[in-house]
Amino acid sequence: MLAKRIIPCLDVRNGKVVKGVNFEGIRDVGDPVECAFEYNKQGADEIVFYDITASHEGRGVMLDVVRETAKKVFVPLCVGGGIGSVEDFRDTLRAGADKVSINSQAVKNPKLISDAAEIFGSQCVVIGIDAKRNSKGGYSVFINGGRMDMGLDLGDWVREIEERGAGEICLNSIDTDGTKAGFDTEMLNFVCSRVKIPVIASGGCGKLTDFSEVFDKTPASAALAASLFHFRELTVGEVKQHLKTRGIAVRS
Amino acid sequence: MKTAIIDYGAGNLFSVKNALDYIGAESIVTKDPAELENADRIILPGVGAFPDAMKALAETGLIPAIKEQAAKKPLLGICLGMQMLFDKSFEFGETDGLGLIPGTVELMTPPDLLIPQIGWNRLIYNEKCALLDGLCEEPYVYFVHSYAAKCGSRNVAAYTDYGGNVPACVFEGSVYGCQFHPEKSGETGLTILRNFLAL
Repeated sequence: MLAKRIIPCLDVRNGKVVKGVNFEGIRDVGDPVECAFEYNKQGADEIVFYDITASHEGRGVMLDVVRETAKKVFVPLCVGGGIGSVEDFRDTLRAGADKVSINSQAVKNPKLISDAAEIFGSQCVVIGIDAKRNSKGGYSVFINGGRMDMGLDLGDWVREIEERGAGEICLNSIDTDGTKAGFDTEMLNFVCSRVKIPVIASGGCGKLTDFSEVFDKTPASAALAASLFHFRELTVGEVKQHLKTRGIAVRS
Repeated sequence: MKTAIIDYGAGNLFSVKNALDYIGAESIVTKDPAELENADRIILPGVGAFPDAMKALAETGLIPAIKEQAAKKPLLGICLGMQMLFDKSFEFGETDGLGLIPGTVELMTPPDLLIPQIGWNRLIYNEKCALLDGLCEEPYVYFVHSYAAKCGSRNVAAYTDYGGNVPACVFEGSVYGCQFHPEKSGETGLTILRNFLAL
C-alpha cells in the first residue's frame, strides 16, 4: 500500500524563500536549497518549490535553485509558478525537477495539460487549483494567486484536468488557507469523489491532528504545508510520527 | 571504478548522475560503445513509453554493446530501463526488449487502485540479492509506473504490494533492475546505488 505523503512547499522569490499569509504580506527568509535539504533530513516525501517571481531573470534563478537542490536532495522535486509552455516544462524538468505544477496557465490554456502529459508523461504534470465556496452552494476556481474568479465550476474543472492526462491535483482551499483551522475536508472529498488521480491537500493546516484528520476523513494521497514547516511550528518528522501513532501508513 | 550512464534521451539521466556524484562515484553520461567497454558498471535509466525508448536506444547503436557488456559487468536498469531488460513489453502494442532477463512487461490492473502507481511503497524481500544488502525490513522506495514485469520468482529480489505482488527489484546473473527510482528514494535508494557499485 502506498504511504501517505507529507510535502513541504517552499515559496521562492528571486532565489529566496518567502511565505505569504493568505497570499499577502510576504516575508523574505532563507536559502531554498538549504531549506529543501533540511526538509529532506526531516523525512519529507517530496519537496515543492513555488516560484512567485514574475520576471524572466527570476526564472533563471529558480532553475539554478532546482539544479543545486537536485544535487543533494534525493526525493522527488516539484516546481510550480510561472510555467506557461511546453518549453518551460522541458527547462524545469531538465534542471532536475521530477514534476511541474501549473495553475492559472492551465485554466487559461487547458491544452498545455494534454500537450505536457503527452510529451513528458502524466506523472510529471501536477495541476494546482485555488478554489472557494460560491453563493450557489458549489465551488469556484480562482486564478492569479486566488485573486480572480474565473466563473469555472470546480467539479467541471477537475474532470477536464483528468481527461487531459494530468497526473495529480494539488487542491488549495482559499476558504481555509492561512486559517490554521484544518484542511478543507469537504472540498477535498468533493474533488476526490470526481477523479481517480491522486489529490494533494493544501491550505489550512495548523496542528498535528489536522494531518490525521485529513487522512481519516478523505482519500487524499498527500498533505502539503508551507509556513507551518517553514516557521518550524512543526517538523515533517513530528507530523509523520503523529500519523504513525494513528495507524496511518507513512514512510519512515 | 567508473559507471557509464547510457544516454538515449531519457529524462532522468541527470538525477542518476547527481546521485552517483553525491555518493562519490565517478560516472559518465555516454552513448559511445567504447565507454561501455571501459566502464566497470553500466546504468540504463528510463522514463516514458517502452516503444519510443527502445527505438531511441536502437538509434544510438548501443544495443549490441549493452548485450555484450551485460555478461561481463554489473548492469542496472531503472524504471523503464528495468522493463527494457525483459524479453518484450505490451505497452502500445508488442515491442521486443533487450532479452537479458526472462519475462514480459504488462499493464498493471489492480482493482480499486490508481494507475499509475505514484508514490512511496514498501519492498517485500523475495530471493536474496546483494543489491538490497543492509536495508531495513520492508523499506519504502519511490515508484512511478503503470506497467510491471511478469517474470519467474527466482528473478525477483523484492516485490511491492500494489493490488498483488509486483516485481520491484529483479536480477539475472550480473543484470539488475529496479522498477522504483533509487535516485529518488532517499537514503534507501542511495544505499542500493552504493550496493550496486560494491557488487
